[in-house]
Amino acid sequence: MDVLNLAFVAAVLTSAAPVLYAALGGALCGRAGVFNIALEGQLLCGAFAAVAVSWWSGSPWLGVLAAVVSTAVFSFVLAVGAVAWRADPIIVAVGMNLLALGLTGFIMREALDATGTFAPAGLQGLPDLDAIDGVPVLGAVLGRATVLVPVAVVLAVALSLWLARTSVGLRLRGVGEHPEAATSLGVPVTRYQMATVVVAGALCGLGGAQLSLGTVTAFTENMTAGRGWVAVAAVMLAVNRPLWVLGACLLFGAAEAWGFRLQGIGLPQQLTDAAPYLVTLVVLVLSRIRVRRRLSAADPLAAENAAHPEAVIHPEETR
Amino acid sequence: MSALAQRLRLGAPAALVPLGAVAVAALVGALVMLAAGVDPLRGYDAMFRGALSVSNIDFAVAGFTAILAMSLAFAIPARMGEYNLGGDGQLVAGGIAAAAVALYLPGPAVLLLPACVLAGALAGGALASVSAPLSTRAGVPVIISTLLLSTPMVALASYLVRFPLAEEGSPVPQTPRLPDAAHLPAFPGMSYTNVGLVLVLAVLLVTVYVDARTPVGYEIRVAGANRGFAAYGGLSVPRLTLGTLAAAGAVAGLAGAVIVMSQPFRFIDDALTAPGYTFAGVAAALLAGGRPALLPVTAALFTILSVGAAGMERDVDVPRQLGQVLQAVVILVLALRVLAARWMAARARRAAGGRA
Repeated sequence: MDVLNLAFVAAVLTSAAPVLYAALGGALCGRAGVFNIALEGQLLCGAFAAVAVSWWSGSPWLGVLAAVVSTAVFSFVLAVGAVAWRADPIIVAVGMNLLALGLTGFIMREALDATGTFAPAGLQGLPDLDAIDGVPVLGAVLGRATVLVPVAVVLAVALSLWLARTSVGLRLRGVGEHPEAATSLGVPVTRYQMATVVVAGALCGLGGAQLSLGTVTAFTENMTAGRGWVAVAAVMLAVNRPLWVLGACLLFGAAEAWGFRLQGIGLPQQLTDAAPYLVTLVVLVLSRIRVRRRLSAADPLAAENAAHPEAVIHPEETR
Repeated sequence: MSALAQRLRLGAPAALVPLGAVAVAALVGALVMLAAGVDPLRGYDAMFRGALSVSNIDFAVAGFTAILAMSLAFAIPARMGEYNLGGDGQLVAGGIAAAAVALYLPGPAVLLLPACVLAGALAGGALASVSAPLSTRAGVPVIISTLLLSTPMVALASYLVRFPLAEEGSPVPQTPRLPDAAHLPAFPGMSYTNVGLVLVLAVLLVTVYVDARTPVGYEIRVAGANRGFAAYGGLSVPRLTLGTLAAAGAVAGLAGAVIVMSQPFRFIDDALTAPGYTFAGVAAALLAGGRPALLPVTAALFTILSVGAAGMERDVDVPRQLGQVLQAVVILVLALRVLAARWMAARARRAAGGRA
């Protein structure tokens, strides 16, 4: 029974990790005052680059590196378009998500000569953490996972501390909370926001690599299947706090892992696939009701605009 | 400067930006084709023939019907600043509801046709309506809730078509062929183009009329321009949100019903979502820039892009995903239209300063 439960924890962490990377990136952006809903496209970009370069070079680590670099480059579209040029972040993100879907499918056909799924025999995935197999508890939980899984959890804690305890973290929060005040203190607001978007892109790259070289070893067209949107929901749920993001993503991971369990006892896969998204949405709704109630006492206008986070980013500009 | 030139100059950015977006996308497409080793002229020729040649136009018009409906499904809530990205779920909900009614409700065509279409519209509308209270009462953005509801709906339909509604012994997850009474009458000489096109065009006309000529249309636009002002002026933003989302979902559901009630008269798993009607519709709506009357033009353009892309893949072996890439480029260029607006404003300011 004990082993079964530890195996379940392992499944939860593996399911949660890709979403967690994307959501941590989204939370950083939220803190800096950038509404980032291009997480889905960036995850997909990372997942594809990881598989393509791992296949081409034979090294999964080069694949991870390529995922991080290419997704960071891709995120410049959002950084330049929505932050530097102040275009509507939603429309830019919709375009990016569609571009990632189209480009990954196009390049897969054109360069890798595959349709639907690319999983050739020699594709190298990330190795498991075999070294800790013997350690009690930890071995059972993380022994079958890639190193990217524990790193994601550590990163959530580290980012939380970084935001709270360092001067750069303080400036980042200031940029998001009160850009005018930050500007008057000499903090370059636009530069901070652009850098945050690119760092979030790099994080999405790690998430994508974990998805396509860790969770499975393959790339499938549209393989993120809404995980980037779950990450957006997790960011909202956590109100941009990294530790809460961790909690929200573990919830999603638990729902997905439970789904796999229920499939084992005969429930159709199509129904269990739907569960994590519904669970995420229900929890998001419940938490937002609470947030709004608290807000409406302090700041009725903010409560009115709770469903329009994009509207408060550049309040000086009419949309 | 003559009055006409001045007028042209003022009117120019409105028309120039969408045309510029299409031009940039065409250029990007040409570069991608060159990189893939295909002569862009041949590629675009294959794309146009894939959609508009005599043998393909029938199928392309059916695609146009779906894309026009999905562009309405995005454009209606967008008039008040809400983004409906859950079109796939609403489309599938409409399709599966229409199929279920057709399979389980016996009756003559006179009754069954409207019943199926209505069931589709109701199912799509109901799914989209859920997002309205989530936004106005709980503060969950419509863009997120529509998407998070879409994935489970597609999965649910996929389940229904595999088990309760499945055709036994079929290798593909699909429903049995719908009874003859539930087949939408096709145009003479056509097999895919049918009354569905008329239905969607009727919805378009109603939308254009309501948007431009009725108090509700005005209220929706006021809410889109300034939500706070609309509420201050006594408009019920929650009710407008519910109304626009229900209408949007209903149009998407109608599109799903029309697809299922056309050749090959079945709900086939993935057949509604795989062609990417939803995002072609989003791109068409964004290109039309909040002018519902322009939707048929932009929807036709994106029909050529997405239906033609399949022809291009057949003829010159350029992957059909190029169609998606071009849609994305159009959206991205359109997002940058603020740059053009700002540039114009700066020019106007300079001109005003010069005169003073």
